[in-house]
Amino acid sequence: MAEDVKHDYHLVNPSSWPLFGAMAVTVLAIGGVIYMKGLFGLPEGFPWVAVAGLAMVLWVMMGWWTQVVREGRTGDHTPVVEIGLKYGMILFIASEVMFFGAWFWSFFEFAIFFDARTGPTFDSTNPIYAEGLARFAEWPPVGVTTFDAFHLPLMNTLILLLSGTTVTAAHHALQHNNLSNAKLMLVLTIVLGACFTGLQVLEYSEAQFSYDGTVYGSAFFMATGFHGAHVVIGTIFLTVCLLRIMAGNMTAQKHLGFEFAAWYWHFVDVVWLFLFAFVYVIPQLVLGH
Amino acid sequence: MPMDEITLDHGHDSHDHKPGFFTRWFLSTNHKDIGTLYLVFALIAGIVGYTLSGLIRWELAQPGIGPLTSIMEMFGAQAGDDAIERAKQFYNVIITYHGLIMIFFMVMPALIGGFGNWFVPLMIGAPDMAFPRMNNISFWLTVAAFALLLLSMFVPGGAGGNGFGGGWVLYPPLSSLKGHPGPAMDLLILSLHTAGIASILGAINFIVTILNMRAPGMTMHKMPLFAWSMLVTAVLLLLALPVLAGALTMLLTDRNFGSQFFDASGGGDPVMFQHLFWFFGHPEVYIMILPAFGIISHIVATFSRKPVFGYLGMAYAMVAIGAIGFIVWAHHMYTVGMPSDMKAYFVAATMVIAVPTGIKIFSWIATMWGGSIDFSVPMVWAIGFIFLFTVGGVTGVVLANAGIDHALHDTYYVVAHFHYVLSLGAVFGLFAGWYYWFEKMFGVKYNNVMAYGHFWLMFIGSNILFFPQHFLGLNGMPRRYVDYADGFAPWHMWSSIGYAVTLVGTLLFFVLLIEAALRRRKAEANPWGEGATTLEWTLPSPPPFHQFNELPVVKAEGGH
Repeated sequence: MAEDVKHDYHLVNPSSWPLFGAMAVTVLAIGGVIYMKGLFGLPEGFPWVAVAGLAMVLWVMMGWWTQVVREGRTGDHTPVVEIGLKYGMILFIASEVMFFGAWFWSFFEFAIFFDARTGPTFDSTNPIYAEGLARFAEWPPVGVTTFDAFHLPLMNTLILLLSGTTVTAAHHALQHNNLSNAKLMLVLTIVLGACFTGLQVLEYSEAQFSYDGTVYGSAFFMATGFHGAHVVIGTIFLTVCLLRIMAGNMTAQKHLGFEFAAWYWHFVDVVWLFLFAFVYVIPQLVLGH
Repeated sequence: MPMDEITLDHGHDSHDHKPGFFTRWFLSTNHKDIGTLYLVFALIAGIVGYTLSGLIRWELAQPGIGPLTSIMEMFGAQAGDDAIERAKQFYNVIITYHGLIMIFFMVMPALIGGFGNWFVPLMIGAPDMAFPRMNNISFWLTVAAFALLLLSMFVPGGAGGNGFGGGWVLYPPLSSLKGHPGPAMDLLILSLHTAGIASILGAINFIVTILNMRAPGMTMHKMPLFAWSMLVTAVLLLLALPVLAGALTMLLTDRNFGSQFFDASGGGDPVMFQHLFWFFGHPEVYIMILPAFGIISHIVATFSRKPVFGYLGMAYAMVAIGAIGFIVWAHHMYTVGMPSDMKAYFVAATMVIAVPTGIKIFSWIATMWGGSIDFSVPMVWAIGFIFLFTVGGVTGVVLANAGIDHALHDTYYVVAHFHYVLSLGAVFGLFAGWYYWFEKMFGVKYNNVMAYGHFWLMFIGSNILFFPQHFLGLNGMPRRYVDYADGFAPWHMWSSIGYAVTLVGTLLFFVLLIEAALRRRKAEANPWGEGATTLEWTLPSPPPFHQFNELPVVKAEGGH
């Protein structure tokens, strides 16, 4: 910091990442529409604009966050800046919670109020409604065989809970500057995360209902799918932390990146507990299947 | 090579060492420059949105489908039924994009991105925002979102025309594949996703800045009310937008990947979208009006030369409005067939909002009471705001009643109501802030005569424009219709005349801007005198590129 600056805040130098980032998002969005609908003479299903956009987004993320790490290592992250970063991460997770709120809300609405949509206001003699009434007058819809909560989902719950303890152990070891232990525990966490993802893929492959057949499949796969995506992101986040510890750029005193990865991991964990309870267990106990 | 290597070493030189043009305006990490970018962007988006409303008033000035048919013929439609059908879709597209542009790309960027960025750090005595680089991506993502939105107007939507014509609320099945099969709706969804990401990042930035970067001695209960309003607004954004993101994602997968969320034939429910949308949409209206509340508090206090009446009550009234704003959403949906008990709850909860809102209105009046009032330009805009917002608030209490709303839902009464609170509320607050801080931001004075002229033309014009719409609505004129029965013609004509008056006012506004830019009358640090007590008035106009290199200390007895 220059001599005449008498505060500890971080005045960031001009950066091209935001501009590149916005351009990348634009390319990704237009590429997505090309893939979904076809646009600008490119046919539906043409993936390469979206792929290019995604590559650009990933490039910006890597470049930007690499720079943040470098700034942290060169002393820009003073105690007051660290507090700000912590607030920022907490708020980001809060917005993620609300995002999952939307998926839970729609799942609850479909699960609890299905009878309101198929109730007496519908004229059951009308052939247009007859088929729908036959399928959707119960929950889950007729023909949908749900998963046994106490099979793979229970296993996955235990795996994630265990990974929550290993990530805490890694944090503890890091705080005591026991880097070898921290690395070991972090590797365990990452392996457990990968196991969760693998088992989730296995579960999906054994599903007795489809994503596009009924609203049950849509709500189930989108809620658990977004959770799965967050597990993958969290696993990558933890892997980056592992690499940074191995590169020697996290210390017992300064390891905000690790703390954020751990917070994120716990958040993903808690979302899973809610999914396990409300999507798998309670319907099974209440409805008996 | 990316710009990692750019080092400007600001601070080594004098305060006012500014980077070169491209770096300064495209790669900015300066809250004031980003605020200016937001204001310029909002001005441009506002011109687009205002032009669209001009097309609406032109079309509705007389019964029949006239002007838009001619436009369609100009663009190659066959005279006759073809042109008329295309004009109908075009009209729907116009009202949809007018709403979306004004909300997401005019009011929000101006009040939050513009004034928020400019004055939250100045008012709390901070050298910049907490995350200056993230601040910039919020801006550029907003630009990207606007580009996607504009693009979607010109690609196939539905009903044989371009663009999405289902209204800004995007209800399925109009927004489903059946209603609008073309790529326009998908672009629109991704545009709103992008704008949403921008706003969430901006919200995080504001909250962290306000919580973590207040000057020494400035406790939360001494913080200026504009900063309070931005804090509440940012919390609403942070918690409401992700729910919209969820709803938009469901819409996108319903359209493209076969999910059934809003499709009754797969067991889904289109009303579910309305719930998710309005869980975002209702906080959204407070997101638009709360920053204006903050601005008005400062202006009323400054020009009454008194501290604002009931400071804590004012701050917590905004908190209360924000909190209650999350539990009233279904008052937008009384007619979907919800049970009476649910309606009763939403009526009661909605009515409760009138209490903290009343606290604000009465406190502004109490601030003026006994004050030595200076009817300066910002003050007349602020008083205009209070009057017009109150009118809109009163019709809001009417519409909160489910019984009455069954008759008035989707009529021009509703259109009049929300234009009184937003077009005449938020926008008058915006212009009040503009004239209050113009000298501070740009370092030059504006012409007072033109500014008063702008105010009176806008005040008279927009009242002529929107007040008759109450009568139209009470008489049953439905919203979003391109044509109407002859009996509605006189009030529609008045409404269009009102638009013409505001158009003169808007042109005068641009003359004012050009005049101020050409004349360059040197601004004072504090043109408003002893009533202006917040920290931004302690700095020169315009403030240095980086202010508060030495943090100001707020004394214990200093009040807010």
